[in-house]
Amino acid sequence: MGKRFWGFAMSGIDAGNGADLAAEEPTTDASTDASTDASTEASAEPSTPALSTQPVQTDPVGLGLLGWLRWVWRTLTSMRTALVLLFLLALASIPGSIFPQRGSAPVKVTQYITDKPVLGRFMDKIGMFDVFASPWFAAIYILLFVSLAGCVLPRTMQHWRILRSRPPVAPRNLSRLDEYRVLNVDANSQAVLDDAAGILRRQRWRVDTSQFDGATGWVAAEKGYARETGNLVFHLALLGLLTAVGLGALLGFRGTVIVREGSSFADTRAQFDSFAPGRWFNDSSLPPFAFTLTDFVADYQRGGQQNGAAREFSAKVKLTSEPGSAPEARTIEVNDPLVVDGVKTFLVGHGYAPTITVRDTKGQVIFRDSVVFLPQDGNYTSTGVAKVPDTVPQLGLQGFFLPTAAVDAVLGPHSTFPAPDDPAVFISAWVGDLGLDSGRAQSVYKLDTSAMQRLGIEALRPGESWTLPGGHGTVTLDGYVEWASFTVARDPGKGFALASAIAAIAGLALSLLVRRRRVWVRVSLAGNGDTVVEVAGMTRSEHATVSDDVEELTTALVASARISSSTPAGA
Amino acid sequence: MLVNETFAAYSNIFVYGSMAAYTVAMFAFAISLASTRGRDLVPAAPAVAEAATGGVALATRVVTTLGGPDDGARPPGRRAGNIGMSVTWLATILLGIALALRGLSVGRVPWGNMYEFSLTSAFAISLAFVVLSLKRDLRWLGIFVVIPVLLTLGLAVTVLYTEAAQLVPALKSYWLVIHVSAAVVCGGAFCVGAAVTCLFLVADAGERRAVAGKPYFLDGLARRLPASNALDAMAYRIHAFMFPLWTFAIVAGAIWAENAWGRYWGWDPKETWAFITWVAYAAYLHARATAGWKGRKASVIALIAFGCFVFNYFGVNMLITGLHSYSGV
Ligand code: HEM
Repeated sequence: MGKRFWGFAMSGIDAGNGADLAAEEPTTDASTDASTDASTEASAEPSTPALSTQPVQTDPVGLGLLGWLRWVWRTLTSMRTALVLLFLLALASIPGSIFPQRGSAPVKVTQYITDKPVLGRFMDKIGMFDVFASPWFAAIYILLFVSLAGCVLPRTMQHWRILRSRPPVAPRNLSRLDEYRVLNVDANSQAVLDDAAGILRRQRWRVDTSQFDGATGWVAAEKGYARETGNLVFHLALLGLLTAVGLGALLGFRGTVIVREGSSFADTRAQFDSFAPGRWFNDSSLPPFAFTLTDFVADYQRGGQQNGAAREFSAKVKLTSEPGSAPEARTIEVNDPLVVDGVKTFLVGHGYAPTITVRDTKGQVIFRDSVVFLPQDGNYTSTGVAKVPDTVPQLGLQGFFLPTAAVDAVLGPHSTFPAPDDPAVFISAWVGDLGLDSGRAQSVYKLDTSAMQRLGIEALRPGESWTLPGGHGTVTLDGYVEWASFTVARDPGKGFALASAIAAIAGLALSLLVRRRRVWVRVSLAGNGDTVVEVAGMTRSEHATVSDDVEELTTALVASARISSSTPAGA
Repeated sequence: MLVNETFAAYSNIFVYGSMAAYTVAMFAFAISLASTRGRDLVPAAPAVAEAATGGVALATRVVTTLGGPDDGARPPGRRAGNIGMSVTWLATILLGIALALRGLSVGRVPWGNMYEFSLTSAFAISLAFVVLSLKRDLRWLGIFVVIPVLLTLGLAVTVLYTEAAQLVPALKSYWLVIHVSAAVVCGGAFCVGAAVTCLFLVADAGERRAVAGKPYFLDGLARRLPASNALDAMAYRIHAFMFPLWTFAIVAGAIWAENAWGRYWGWDPKETWAFITWVAYAAYLHARATAGWKGRKASVIALIAFGCFVFNYFGVNMLITGLHSYSGV
């Protein structure tokens, strides 16, 4: 088996063991060609040399540690293992799509564990809520990529050598190949060889040829190296993609922030509501931009089956791209982020912030703010909390904001449309101790009522006031502003990831669409002095054929002037 | 931009028209298949044929032939099959018009919700079939393509029907157009690929049993199909041709996600299942190059992969909530 040309030596261990001499005889050793199903094909047809550098699986060779290690490595880098690992990867991803994941839905995870404590805690332990960051998921893809590297790097070396070597010499018995034609011609043998080489070169085959030595001579040609090149590029690009994803995660960051109309945001870590930096992230890579949300515009479908569905969101901002530079008006929309120095700001959500004023009994303002309320449903029934600590006893307000208010017995106060057609708040007031001094971190969206007493509940429309019972002052709904939430993110790996993805697609297309094939022409002298011309071809690309190539070459040879007076073989 | 109700109403009429045509085609293909003369499932020895080329007789050893049933005799099912093909063309055109009207009525591409996506997929399946049929005789395949098309359309008009409306902001992106059109084309071709793969399994089992002299309950069908190796080759070609496009569809989706949410990959259920489908098809292509996995085993993987695709399309939207399930089913 001509390993120099087409055989495969996975780890280079048995590469080039004086195998060159066998190049003339197609081997019947099917194991050198993993793309041949030994059991079904070897008996019927001669096994032909491989046209790809695909690895071969072998059994453990020899004894001892080295032999064993070699076997482990070969098994790990075999096609069968790659197949099994691909399967496992697909299977392992499934729970990540079924169970809530910490990364995207932390609240649901907590809820799940609260609902089913025993099962939930067990599932948490085995990583079911963090599948894509779990050790077992990592184990699978790391093994897969080790296998990939171990498989593809030697193949790349080998393909590199093949790209610079000559096409393989013809097998002795051409008639056993996939395609075979033979004709007797009354022409000079060397001329036929020259013709064949010329025709093939013109069709951009890589050609090697011998001189006619008085008895025989040959032309060997090969085409479609791009198939293997594409395959290797694809697999290497997958390694590149993994690297890019990893780099992005290590060097990038992601933060979220809620900004009310009229308020500002500056791109520093302290201003984010949540901030997730990569391990190698450095704060100095946050560009110092800032913006003010001047206006938030939303538009909704009115009427019809999709009543209330969002149709347009846009956040008008005044951007200061560097400290001291002049503010410029910009619009941030869904699918149209703001980009400053490689940091992108995405509009991801919005809601309402009712402006609430609390006055004490003397009419003194003790609290005034537009309080961010979080939407609870598609019609923006929103909940929120205002805490008034600077009064004795402390005061807490808890309520609903309803952009289009309705009340019914089943749903209680709720909103029937996301736009502020008929806004109202339902506020309950509490007095007592807000628990702010206990030292425990408190959510700004929750009121700890364990040490408080409820005063009552009241519905307010903009401009209306409620005098709290028991001489605790008044609460006024002045109006509302809208807020928008933004994700600010930078992923330095994404350019590289995109490049890898493009390379992968291009490689795939080459690998799956190009046919790798070889043809040979052999001339020899017939008994009557005629030249016998044998034309044969083979391919190992899946279900490709060389018949059109062989046909075309034969026809071209027949048509070429010097052998036009040919007679058919055996005639 | 307002919704043009008239166009939307006409679109619905065309959808029903195409369904009627597909039903006719289904019966025609069924008759065609039933009246086709079956072939012998035990393979003949490879023939050595004498062919004449350019005035020179050449000894040619024919090893394999690809394509449809190539017995030169005209099977009796031809007439009905031709009717089936023509009516399928008609139905495809009607469905195409329905889609165009739907798109015009809302002033955007017609794949903003599950209803429209289903119509487009049915159109893609049908189109993949008629385009493939230009190059080879695919009358034997007709019924196996028309049935899934009808099922998809049936599901669309009953369960998934959604009034024509504009898009939620997250869907307003030209990457959506690119991503979804690539995915829809892949879906159509994968469906045809899965149909051919199923038929390969039937033909393959029929041939094995015939060689072993065992009875086979689908013998009648197996006889009327092309040889198993031809079916296998065709299935492979469809999948091999579509896999790069599917890869592209996923990448386009990632670019869209990056633009909309600030991350190109977030393991959202839809993304996860696209990934699973991709890995499954990659496994299929690998299996075909792995000794001992070709043929039946590889085909089963292809069918599993198609199952993942379908699940991503229906299951994920309906059963699992994620960022993608916002478009009114
Ligand atoms: C990340 C995991 C992998 C993916 C997604 C993947 C995907 C693919 C795809 C889609 C093909 C089809 C292209 C073609 O048929 O030419 C392919 C081919 C191939 N892969 Fe992989 N692969 C992976 C890992 C591996 C590993 C670990 C190996 C080594 C054992 C490997 C070896 C091969 C070989 C040799 C071929 C060519 C088969 C042929 O000659 O037809 N791949 N791979």
